[in-house]
Formats: sequence, structure tokens, C-alpha cells
Amino acid sequence: MSQRTALYEKHLEANGKIVDFAGWEMPIHYGSQIEEHHQVRNGAGMFDVSHMVIVDLEGPRVREFLQHLLANDVARLTEPGKALYSCMLNEDGGVIDDLITYFIFDDYFRMVVNAATRDKDLAWITRQAEPFGVIVTERPEIAMIAVQGPDARDKAMSVLTEGEARQAGELKPFFGKFIGPYFIARTGYTGEDGFEIMVSDHEAGNLWDKLLEAGVKPCGLGARDTLRLEAGMNLYGTDMDETISPLEAGLGWTVALQPEERDFIGRKALETQQAKGGLRKFVGLVLEGRGVLRGHQKVITEDGQEGEITSGTFSPTLQRAIAMARVPATIGDHCQVEIRGKLLPARVVKLPFVRKGQSLID
Amino acid sequence: MSNIPSELKYTKSHEWVSDNENGTITVGITDHAQELLGDLVFVELPEAGKALDAEEACAVVESVKAASDIYAPVAGEVTEVNEALEDQPELINSDPYGEGWLFKMKAADPDSLESLLSADDYAAEAEE
Repeated sequence: MSQRTALYEKHLEANGKIVDFAGWEMPIHYGSQIEEHHQVRNGAGMFDVSHMVIVDLEGPRVREFLQHLLANDVARLTEPGKALYSCMLNEDGGVIDDLITYFIFDDYFRMVVNAATRDKDLAWITRQAEPFGVIVTERPEIAMIAVQGPDARDKAMSVLTEGEARQAGELKPFFGKFIGPYFIARTGYTGEDGFEIMVSDHEAGNLWDKLLEAGVKPCGLGARDTLRLEAGMNLYGTDMDETISPLEAGLGWTVALQPEERDFIGRKALETQQAKGGLRKFVGLVLEGRGVLRGHQKVITEDGQEGEITSGTFSPTLQRAIAMARVPATIGDHCQVEIRGKLLPARVVKLPFVRKGQSLID
Repeated sequence: MSNIPSELKYTKSHEWVSDNENGTITVGITDHAQELLGDLVFVELPEAGKALDAEEACAVVESVKAASDIYAPVAGEVTEVNEALEDQPELINSDPYGEGWLFKMKAADPDSLESLLSADDYAAEAEE
């Protein structure tokens, strides 16, 4: 049974081309994916991300629970409102999901996980939460609109009341807060500034219309993918999954191995992987010539070893093909990619490719 | 509903064919196909002079989303390719039956065009 978000009718009104995404009827674009991409890099765009799963965690031991559940350490969250990006690992060190956790009160954290992994995430979190007496509550009645781009904050604040706008304007990057009827966070998945606004389903359409009037353009999941790829942000299920270690997915920075006594799920497996060595690297690739890089294309290093592209696309900002790839650690500055039987030269670069509208690869 | 000019011939794989009435035909992809693919960003065309079998994969068009093969509608020889597409693949989106043409070829058997779909037949196919 496919599901619709509270904004489904709004997508039809805006001529959204609807596709199935993880069991949800979502807009892939509203006419041109590339125009929507540029809109976010140069102005302000909005995405319906209501399919994402909001989970509230409550209880006196919630912090202790999250220190066990997550590979990143919520001890890093000292100021209320601060958000943390983390992987949730299985005992083998594979990634069950990647997620964001907001520290709201000492006994109340909010988490946002992926739609495609909802069932297994909730089952896993609920099971792990039980010994800690933490109450896990999914919040399906809350919609979420991501407003992203250099003009996103100003335009979003223009539709809020004066008091709400002031509080939203004071949010530092990667902080979130309950403001009026909303939970507003200065987070996103595009490499641009902006807000992710959580709002009840029955208020969502109203907020969407006000943002439209303020000149924020609807953008589909297609542009969301090219934007996140340029921003070097991983996509769960594509760049990593339960068989992949975060250490081989460019996510080592999100794994807090200090302090040593913190016993999080997957820790032992990661320590064994590190001791063993030979971990693959996660890098960016830029195709030298014409063509498009895609997931699963084979990468060949200068010394003849093989790796694989995990996600690739044509970058609208850079006007050439880019990709993220898992490759042998010995890879140099150049490699080859096999596209339809031909070997084409590519440059190996550090991620991200684009940050706040600027190319970082030249 | 997408545009399906009645004077053209079509294939099930969403190519259109125009008979230039000088022994050559022009091949492109339909409005329906470009709409399905979305923004096109790369085109790989055959070389002029290449001999093609009917239904042979002979070109590739790639959108941001995916790559898609283009098939020779009939057997014959490529006579000319649309070089403008190298820098402007988006012409296929903006003008699929005009400036967005892909290549021209000389049909080995002029009667082979008869086997292609009419606009009505293609419209019925594209509906499905």
C-alpha cells in the first residue's frame, strides 16, 4: 500500500511528477530537476521530506541509551537544541541506518531516521531501548519541509510571526528548537544553509503555501539527490548498508572511539577492522571527459586494483560527472572508470565537491 | 499528453523516424521519451559511416536520472549525426522532433519503413 504525505495535493497543484519512493508517492521533480537544483544553489527551494521518520525518545536514562545505540557520542551534545549526525550500527559494525538526533531536554531527545528503513529501525531502537526504560514514540502525524538555499532562511523567516522569526534567526548551524507551532532546525541535506521545519500534518499545507508565496520553489527528490551528492553527503542503501562499515563509507568522522570505555553497539567490530587494517577508502571522483558516472561502475586504480562507484550523477553545478566511490586505500590522484565497456579517466578528489554554491574541486 | 506528430513513423522503443524522401531518414526520440527521461545531460552517438542492423543499440542518451539505449529503427548506414548535442543535449528536451534529432541514416531497404508504427499505433503503445 503506497502512502501519501500531508503535502501530496500540493505536489499535484505544483505539477509534481510523482514516483514511488520507499512506499511513498513522492515528487521526483516539478518540471526540471536541473532547474530545481540551481534554485537551491542560487536562491531558495523546498522539499517535502515528511516521509522521513521522526522518533521521540523519553526517559531519565535516554542519554545513556543513545551512548549505547549510536556510533557517535551524544556526550558531544552539551547545549540544548544541538543536533548530532550518527550511524546506528549492528554488532558486526554494519550500518543499520544513518540519522540525526536532537538534544532537547536531559530526558527528551528527538531522532530523524530514513523512510526506507523505518520498520527495521523502529524494531531495533525499541528493542535496545527496553533495558534503559526509554519510551520510543514515532510521530507520523508530523510533516517536514526542508527549505534550503542561500535565501532560504530569510524567506522562511518572512512567513513566521515576528517572535518566531527572531528565534529562528538566532539558531546556529546544526541546532533545532520548538518555536511556536513548529520544530525548526538549521540542518539540511544539500550543502546549503537553511531550515528543516517540522509541522503538524494539518498545518503543513498552509506553511507550504506561505513559503510558495514568499518565492520558495518546490523541489523534488531528484534535485535532492544531485544536491546531496555534490555536498558529499552519503545516501543510506546506496553508499552504505548493513554490510558496510562506516569506516569504509567516509563516515569515520562520525564514529567516536573516545572515550574508550563507552560501549556502543558495533564498537568491537570496528576496533577489529581497524586492527586488521586494509580498509577501503571512500573518495570523490570527477570524470575527466564526457559521460556520466553511475552507481556500480567499476573503478580501476593505477596499480590495477578495483573499486566501485556507490553513487554518481551529472553535477549541474560543476557541469560534469561526479561520483562517490569505495576504492583500495592505495589509490592515487587518478584512476579509470569502466563505462559501457570503455575505460575513461577520472580524477580522485576529496569530498565534498560543492559547499555553499562554490566548487571545491579546482 | 505528449506530442506525437502524425507525419512521422515510430518504434516501440520510443524513437521517431522521418522520411527525408531523398533516400535518408532522420532519427530522434519522442516527446514522451524525453519526458520520461527528464533533463538530458549526455549523448553518445554512432559514427557516420557505421552500418547498423535493425534494432541494434547504436546510441546512448543519459539524463540526470539514468542512461537509455537508442536502437536503429531499420537496417542501414549512418550518414550524419547531430553534433550540436555534444554541447547541448538539452535540445532533446526542448525540441525533440526538431533541433534535438540524433542521427540520419540511409535505409538498406527503403520498404523497411513500412514496418514501423504509425502515430496512432505509437500513441496506443505509449499509453500502456
